[in-house]
Amino acid sequence: MQKRSTTIRRHREDEAAARFTTDRRRRALRARRLRRGGLALALTAPAVLAYVVFVIRPIAMTVQYSFYKWDGITPSTWAGLSNYVAILHNPELSGSIVNAFTLILFFSFVPVALGLFTANAIRGFATSRLAVVARTVLFLPQIIPLVAAGIMWSWQLSTDGVVNQVFRLLGLGRLARPWLGDFGTALPAVGVIGAWVLFGLCMLLLLAGMTKIDPSLYEAARVDGAGPVREFFSITLPSLRQEVVVCLTVTIIAALASFDIVYIATQGGPGNRTLVPGLEIYYLAFFQRQVGSASALAVVLMLLVLAVVLPLQSLSREGKS
Amino acid sequence: MILGTALALAACSAPGGTAGTSTAASTGSATFAGGSPTCGTSPVTLSTYIETGFPLPKNLTDEFTKQYPNVTFKIREDQFAVITQNAPRVLVDDPPDLMRLPQVSGLVKDGLLLNLDPYAKAFGWDKWPASQLEQMRVDADGRRGDGPLYAMGLNFSMTGVFYNKDLAATFGMTEAPKTLADLDAALKKAKDAGITPIVQFNGGATGGLAFPLQGLMASYGDASAINSWIYQKSGATIDTPTNLQAAQHLQQWISSGYFASDVNSIDYATMMSRFIDGKSAFIFDGDWESGNLDQKMPGKVGFFLMPPAQAGGKFGAMSAPLTYGISAKAKHADCAAFFLNWVATNQQARTIDVQVGGSHPMGPADAFMPAVDKNTVTAQTLAAGAQIGADNGAMDFIANATGAIYAKSWTPNLQKLVAGQIDAKGLLTAVQADYKTQIGS
Repeated sequence: MQKRSTTIRRHREDEAAARFTTDRRRRALRARRLRRGGLALALTAPAVLAYVVFVIRPIAMTVQYSFYKWDGITPSTWAGLSNYVAILHNPELSGSIVNAFTLILFFSFVPVALGLFTANAIRGFATSRLAVVARTVLFLPQIIPLVAAGIMWSWQLSTDGVVNQVFRLLGLGRLARPWLGDFGTALPAVGVIGAWVLFGLCMLLLLAGMTKIDPSLYEAARVDGAGPVREFFSITLPSLRQEVVVCLTVTIIAALASFDIVYIATQGGPGNRTLVPGLEIYYLAFFQRQVGSASALAVVLMLLVLAVVLPLQSLSREGKS
Repeated sequence: MILGTALALAACSAPGGTAGTSTAASTGSATFAGGSPTCGTSPVTLSTYIETGFPLPKNLTDEFTKQYPNVTFKIREDQFAVITQNAPRVLVDDPPDLMRLPQVSGLVKDGLLLNLDPYAKAFGWDKWPASQLEQMRVDADGRRGDGPLYAMGLNFSMTGVFYNKDLAATFGMTEAPKTLADLDAALKKAKDAGITPIVQFNGGATGGLAFPLQGLMASYGDASAINSWIYQKSGATIDTPTNLQAAQHLQQWISSGYFASDVNSIDYATMMSRFIDGKSAFIFDGDWESGNLDQKMPGKVGFFLMPPAQAGGKFGAMSAPLTYGISAKAKHADCAAFFLNWVATNQQARTIDVQVGGSHPMGPADAFMPAVDKNTVTAQTLAAGAQIGADNGAMDFIANATGAIYAKSWTPNLQKLVAGQIDAKGLLTAVQADYKTQIGS
């Protein structure tokens, strides 16, 4: 009995000792983690600081300005939501948003579709030198500054530019027109410039994605008698889900937030036909000196981009699970 | 996080300060004490902000330094569009002594420009023909045309019609049209001869059809009524019966194919190069190109003012000073004003104005004028300037009525007129509606 109680006591003492050491270890661990965390915080501080100062703060200020009527110089007056209401009621402002969505067709769908097709074709002869040349040539537009691309294309699309010269050579002279100055063709013409610029990026991303697809999948498909078309739709395309989402995200943002190409090629003309929100924000802020309205449109544009791009991301996560 | 909150809090005060506690500079005024302001004798550096691409200002400052060696110029150059965007910020942050200015009313409202009335009195500018300075006067409500003087011109330019004499001879036009009907006939003859009658810039953000339109407005109506609209006089409208006639006339030129077919994609540089290459008979442009045309096509270019609708009628033309102002915070305002007076009154400066700038110098009506070769287009534009003065037909540009009326209303609506999407009436209604919104805001 006594012996037993001694055993128990000893046992308890052991337990207590054990608890004591675990506690100490835990505390030490926590301290180490804290120390490490402090170090991590210190290391990320410069980046966080830069992010707060150059990203968060400007966004916050834009939101704030959007509630004021302000010319950028003199004292401002509180405007409440009137700048946002004006966007809904001004056909010029809402028209620019419609134009931006039309551009998605050219800036996103065309480059992604063409990119898929081209990448698939290049994959067919991936090991040859031709593939390297093709890849380089097709990627080149991506490294040309947008302004330079805009100037180059506005020459090519002008009345006596290359595009019209080709039409005339082919005996299609009656189709020749000042593409960027014609009400019917100005927006598609701007779209073509964007498609040309963004195509290379999409192709390269998709091509990179294709290299990580397991070759045995293709072998299996071929054994089952699948042709190249079936192979593409059953193996290539599903495996590229994430890459396609990345391409769409990048290009849709480029379409909705477009500025440089339009500014260089048409400045929004003819007759506001190619006016986009980016350009409108610039005109509002720097020509009409309505910093409040410009900020409101900027906030709306940011929300629109998020509203379109965020649902896309869940598409890519579903693909993973 | 703490830092972020601090920054966010710092950003929370109303932008530009609240209406009660104005931080803007109070409207400045000239500071010289008695007598005529001068540049003195000790070294002075005038900080100067000019428009790039035009040799006139630099020629003038060089000559000034030659005559007054104690004065030098620190010159910053930008394109006019950049100056337009940055004018308020530059005038506040880095106030120049002399600056090329866009439309002044907004800048005056914000108290950024020096009131030049004391200088005008000291130098006797108030005795010059009043129309020269009218556009640079701004009243207490921010309306132009009246009130204190806030800027000064290096010269004043004027617009009209340039024509290629060689091409005109091929379709039988040997002298300048005297009436609008004569001009219509000449345009038709050019068209029938297979020549593009008019090449005019109207592409992108440039509504160059405003040039012929305003010329036609002056042919049908009264120049002073158009000025009232530009100066935002209360009740003024652009949608008047005579302006409608003018817009309909322009629309008829468009439908008759008198403009190059791609007019909606032509920018200013394209217009000039096509005209200089002899690809069209007429352009509507200003005398700032006179010197250039005399050099590129010597003896081949003629100039006339847009003819009146009826024979013997009065002439009207857009005419505007090459506007320079002094910042309300300028360090050497007296010297800058002395320079502006020198440009208008010094013989050498006036000669440079005509020979380099191609436009008429500012100053008294009977001031010295350099001799100009009669065969040059410069001589013709200077003569036309005298005609406009006699007919009191000088107008500011309809594109200057508000800061945004050109880019946001005239340009898109004129492009729509070309494309047949709106008619003459629609053009005037749309512009008047935008005008009212922009003034109201």
